[in-house]
Amino acid sequence: MYVRVVTWWTILRIGLEERLVYRADFALGTLMRFLPIITQIFLWAAVFETVGGNSVAGYSYENMVAYYLLTMMSRAFSSMPGLASGVATQIRNGEIKKFLIQPVDLIGFMLLNRVAHKLTYYMVAMLPFAGVFYLCRGFFVGGWPPAETLLIYITTLLLGFLLGFFLEMCIGLIGFWFLEVTSLLFVYMLLNFFLSGHMFPLDMLPDWAATIVELFPLKYLAYFPAAVFLGQLEHAEIIRGLWLEIGWLLTFMILSRLMYWYGVKQYSAYGG
Amino acid sequence: MAIIEIEGLAKSYRVYQKKEGLAASLKGLFRRKYREVQAVRGIDLQVEPGEFVAFLGPNGAGKTTTLKLLSGVINPTSGKATVMGHVPWKRENSYRRRFALVMGQKNQLWWDLPAQESFRLHQQIYQIPAAEFKQNFDELADLLEIRDLVQQPVRELSLGERMKMELIAALLHSPEVLFLDEPTIGLDVIAQHNIQQFLKYYQEQRGITILLTSHYMKDIAALCRRVVIIAQGELKYDGSLTGIIDRFSEHKLVTLQFANEQPVNGLSRFGEVVSDEYPKVQLRIPRNQVAETLSAMLDVGAIDDIAVEDPPLEELIADFFSQVSNQSEATGQGADDSDRMS
Repeated sequence: MYVRVVTWWTILRIGLEERLVYRADFALGTLMRFLPIITQIFLWAAVFETVGGNSVAGYSYENMVAYYLLTMMSRAFSSMPGLASGVATQIRNGEIKKFLIQPVDLIGFMLLNRVAHKLTYYMVAMLPFAGVFYLCRGFFVGGWPPAETLLIYITTLLLGFLLGFFLEMCIGLIGFWFLEVTSLLFVYMLLNFFLSGHMFPLDMLPDWAATIVELFPLKYLAYFPAAVFLGQLEHAEIIRGLWLEIGWLLTFMILSRLMYWYGVKQYSAYGG
Repeated sequence: MAIIEIEGLAKSYRVYQKKEGLAASLKGLFRRKYREVQAVRGIDLQVEPGEFVAFLGPNGAGKTTTLKLLSGVINPTSGKATVMGHVPWKRENSYRRRFALVMGQKNQLWWDLPAQESFRLHQQIYQIPAAEFKQNFDELADLLEIRDLVQQPVRELSLGERMKMELIAALLHSPEVLFLDEPTIGLDVIAQHNIQQFLKYYQEQRGITILLTSHYMKDIAALCRRVVIIAQGELKYDGSLTGIIDRFSEHKLVTLQFANEQPVNGLSRFGEVVSDEYPKVQLRIPRNQVAETLSAMLDVGAIDDIAVEDPPLEELIADFFSQVSNQSEATGQGADDSDRMS
């Protein structure tokens, strides 16, 4: 066990170092992610002004901006830039061979590497994030949620990270069968944008659409944590959501294993 | 007991056949034609522990495919192979900790980080005890003289330096069997020589078993006593390097040094005149006629010196390869290689 932990730590540390090589690009990329907030704040201000009421589909203006800020937080955990395309590229250019020759597991290795990516990202983004949330504190009219909710919130963020990872891993592993996954990834991003709640709160949707969203795992990547934080969900709904999320997570974990297993089998039979 | 045993090993690939042009590309969206390409067609080979064996063959002969089969990257279509008692394509960790594959055209190190970091990662992946790691690293770093380069990002190293780092990464876990796929490709003469010297020394010291493919005859002459020629996926020769000459050469090269620059007539009756830059003339003479031809030549004119040599190995092998490929064009067989695959 100790040996494993040291191995994990080494992979993690090397991942961190690699991320820090291109500091300027990294810092700029992180900062640019905050720009859309400003547009969103103005956009919703305009929407509320036009509608003229105090609330849109049960959301006040303040709530809406708070929701948007929280989905940003969710996505800081669940989005996996470059993961699926990276895996597909490795398959295509043969780098994947490394994982067949060396005694190391691709999925485990990538997971640790991704944890490293995220940690570096938080290190750089923590201050700007804190700054933005501080400046926007007025939008959080309910103040801090109770400790129990906060704990569940953190759990949903961590589950969101894992779900996002295994979901994109599966998409990347499709590369074993189709050499190019870019268009597929594009479709995924699009679906993700609308069905995860990144664009607008999912409880705004009419019933039929809400049912569809309910059937997809994507809502756990942005909407669910934010809704938990804002107290939009009943206790029973939260518990049900958590179980469903864990179910999805297990599904994609198993799926990625199977895909890797069959993928390698096919790779070594035809390509290599 | 043999450390590598290969019996009837064969591998064929399915290759997508695309005709030229847009129309054909569109057609390919719906219906694809595949061609079966036999990269390796039944190879039998036994390698004893401590041997340093070279695989020679033209591009597309099946050398790389064989190494890939032995390192477990691909499964065979038929046949058997064991390396140290393991079936490679089962990819057991117990096997993967005992061998290494180095490909001259591929980079296994972390591009943006100093090589030192990749080494540390290997230490963990292969679970090398700290003391052993240090000892191995020190030895390799000193032999290859790269100690002050391990802190530099790999992308900033020269090709030769990078190859040295690749070798270190592959040898840190003290593999008992090492597969080298063109380890000196693209290197300058000095770097090639360094790598050769290193491999020779290391192999002798450790007594490990090495299979090497290379296009440089110098690599092979310097390193391997045993040479296996593979062409069109079949084993065409297995023996010593000098044996190749006996086997494939039907001629000797005779160089005559005349006393003056006066051209001499009628030399062509002895054999094919390869070059005539008087006072030096070179002739190709059938092996079995060398003795009688030499005595006949002495009467031709004032000769200062005579040298009888075997033709250069490169030439012999090139001849042999082109014979093989001509045959294959004639019979319409396509050989393939895995050079096309990464």
